[in-house]
Amino acid sequence: MDARGWSEILFTIAVTVALAWPLGMYMARVWQRQGTWLDPVLRPVEGVLYKAFGVDPDKGQNWFAYAVSMLAFSAASFVVLYLILRFQDLLPLNPQGFKGTSPDLAFNTAISFITNTNWQSYVPEQTVSTFSQMAGLTTHNFLSAAAGIAIAAAVARAFAANRGEGLGNFWVDLTRISLYILLPIAIVIALAFVALGEPQTLAAHANAVGLEGGKQVITLFPTASQEAIKQLGTNGGGLFNANSAHPFENPSAITNLIEEVIMNALSYACVVAFGIVALVRREARALVAVMAVFILAASSVVYWSETQPAPAMHAVHAATAVNMEGKEVRFGAASTAVWTAFTTGASDGGVNAMHDSYMPLGGGMAMFMIQLGEMLPGGVGSGLYGMVVMALIAVFVGGLMVGRTPEYLGKKIEAREVKFAMLAVLILPLAILGFSAAAAVLPSALKALENSGPHGLSELLYAYSSATGNNGSAFAGLSANVPYWNATLGIAMLLGRFAYVIPVLAMAGSIAAKPKLQPTAGTLPTYGPLFISLLIGVIIIMGGLEYFPAQALGPIVEHFQVLDVLAGH
Amino acid sequence: MLSDLRPALVSTVIFTALLGILYPLAITGVAKVAFPYQAEGSLVRDGAGKVVGSALIAQPFAKDEYLHPRPSAAGANGYDPTASGGSNYGPLNPDLAKRIKGDAASLRASTGHQEIPDDAITTSASGLDPDISPAYARLQVDRIAKARGVTPEQVRRIIEDQVQPPALGFLGQPHVNVLMTNRALDMAAPKSTPKNS
Repeated sequence: MDARGWSEILFTIAVTVALAWPLGMYMARVWQRQGTWLDPVLRPVEGVLYKAFGVDPDKGQNWFAYAVSMLAFSAASFVVLYLILRFQDLLPLNPQGFKGTSPDLAFNTAISFITNTNWQSYVPEQTVSTFSQMAGLTTHNFLSAAAGIAIAAAVARAFAANRGEGLGNFWVDLTRISLYILLPIAIVIALAFVALGEPQTLAAHANAVGLEGGKQVITLFPTASQEAIKQLGTNGGGLFNANSAHPFENPSAITNLIEEVIMNALSYACVVAFGIVALVRREARALVAVMAVFILAASSVVYWSETQPAPAMHAVHAATAVNMEGKEVRFGAASTAVWTAFTTGASDGGVNAMHDSYMPLGGGMAMFMIQLGEMLPGGVGSGLYGMVVMALIAVFVGGLMVGRTPEYLGKKIEAREVKFAMLAVLILPLAILGFSAAAAVLPSALKALENSGPHGLSELLYAYSSATGNNGSAFAGLSANVPYWNATLGIAMLLGRFAYVIPVLAMAGSIAAKPKLQPTAGTLPTYGPLFISLLIGVIIIMGGLEYFPAQALGPIVEHFQVLDVLAGH
Repeated sequence: MLSDLRPALVSTVIFTALLGILYPLAITGVAKVAFPYQAEGSLVRDGAGKVVGSALIAQPFAKDEYLHPRPSAAGANGYDPTASGGSNYGPLNPDLAKRIKGDAASLRASTGHQEIPDDAITTSASGLDPDISPAYARLQVDRIAKARGVTPEQVRRIIEDQVQPPALGFLGQPHVNVLMTNRALDMAAPKSTPKNS
């Protein structure tokens, strides 16, 4: 650890958080259908789209109608993406000559991309055609992100409403978020990425004969256009197997910085936009502060752990300043650490180093950030509503302590809202621990592990955490492209997205219907250091504690094994 | 509920055309004109225009006169751009310990130094890491100089020229691009025995 590393970590976090305000203010305008400087171009396009969809943009939806539209859209997305992957051999732009994917892989991948998880069971270089990358995966990188942000907008409107009904219109939100926010930023970033070295070509590969005479087939994809939305939408699914560790997806420290910033910026911006729409700017600032505290803590833990001596290197008296197994030279420990916090905190799941080869506590921290519920700052949109759920539980706990009916942002929080919030929160441990427990006793499931012992347990626990949290990163030694893993991970992804979102929308509907109250002397302030500390505590206890026994058997026991090995020399 | 069927299907199809086809093709078109070198994969060519590799992708170098890259876990034999990836060995995996032990011994034999930098015998995340640390590059100076029949000072100067500092002074790590350095070596200090071409 050195001063340069710490300045890289602090700089990256500061730039990202600072960007939340300009982006959030713009996002609030888009949510509220106010004028933007893109109107001359996009208003007419918007109108044409609503006509084609057959929707009335001025018609509001209650929570149930909003949820049904979101589910219908996700179902249609699933079907189209599934068909593209299954029949890519019949579709154009398949210069690789790949066959259609297997049914279980198409199922897993389609769910993965419509739930904003972007878990990848396959090696893209050997599986996915150029057309599937573009029309299939790039498309749903946009749309699953837009759907997530749409739900955040709906939740914001619920808190803004005074005895209201409507949460907005899903089709309008989906369209405006795609056109006004995601597409323009993606265009700018994609062009910057090409300028900085990422390929952007329809050619499948280049053939090289090296200086020593060896032949090399270099796989290519239209990389930059997908990389931009992959990070911007907290998707994280790579064009290449090595994801953002691949030099084509992330050629330099500068692209690395840009990817880090954009993979968290919109998640923070959703919180700022929420503050503007619901007229609770101070409270939104507190939520941003909570998120940033966790990101800084996680970055620090990973930076520390990855600069501890690696036992295999120590044994041969090699340098042990940085655990470089599974890391790239152009990044090093600090870049890797802050990236790891960003990608696991934000349900992005893109990696610039291989988490499987981290020191035990570094990998454990990555897994813990996912298990905390993907709200730090969480996926685009999903981070905001995840955090609001936790804040409701925090004021409920606070209310129990002082014996008053809790309020949050001018809304009375009663049994109904807390039940929906708990329903959402509880689906995560149920899926993560349930599926992990089943896999741990099924000999056929265990065959997929690369490592044995505690590290093997970490591999499977990480996989279900990642799928349920809609993160998508992996302890990549796991060979998950077999029917059992494809199916169970697919179900975990579905539960993590939809079994979470539906109670959240129901909660939003119930909150919208309540009168908006003025704070009184007895109201617990929800913006100061006291509330920030309470919320941090609730997130760790509610979101983290239930995983502690499993963590103890995986990363923590492995940590002590490492200490043991090091002491033996 | 049925009223959602039409917008669901129509929006998926239209957005696929707009975001999945039009957008990437437009970026591809602009990139082809504005940044053709990067867009095609940063391909490096020799004097005759033949592609010798990509500046961003590691390739195996084993001869004494060349700078050697990090070990690679991409594909069965390493350095395979159609199968990028790391070893995914956990820190206590016995296979990792075995590999590192073997690589440490052969590196010490080839350089004649006891010192081993962090990156020299660890596999990268992508298996295609085009760079090595300056420390690992400097370790190879004597071997390269001997094989090329030039002074270590000459080789050292070429390598130091290739060291890229952290971006903006503090982002990432200093690194040396192996392929570009080897091209520079071939140009500035050609191997005394002529190569078959």
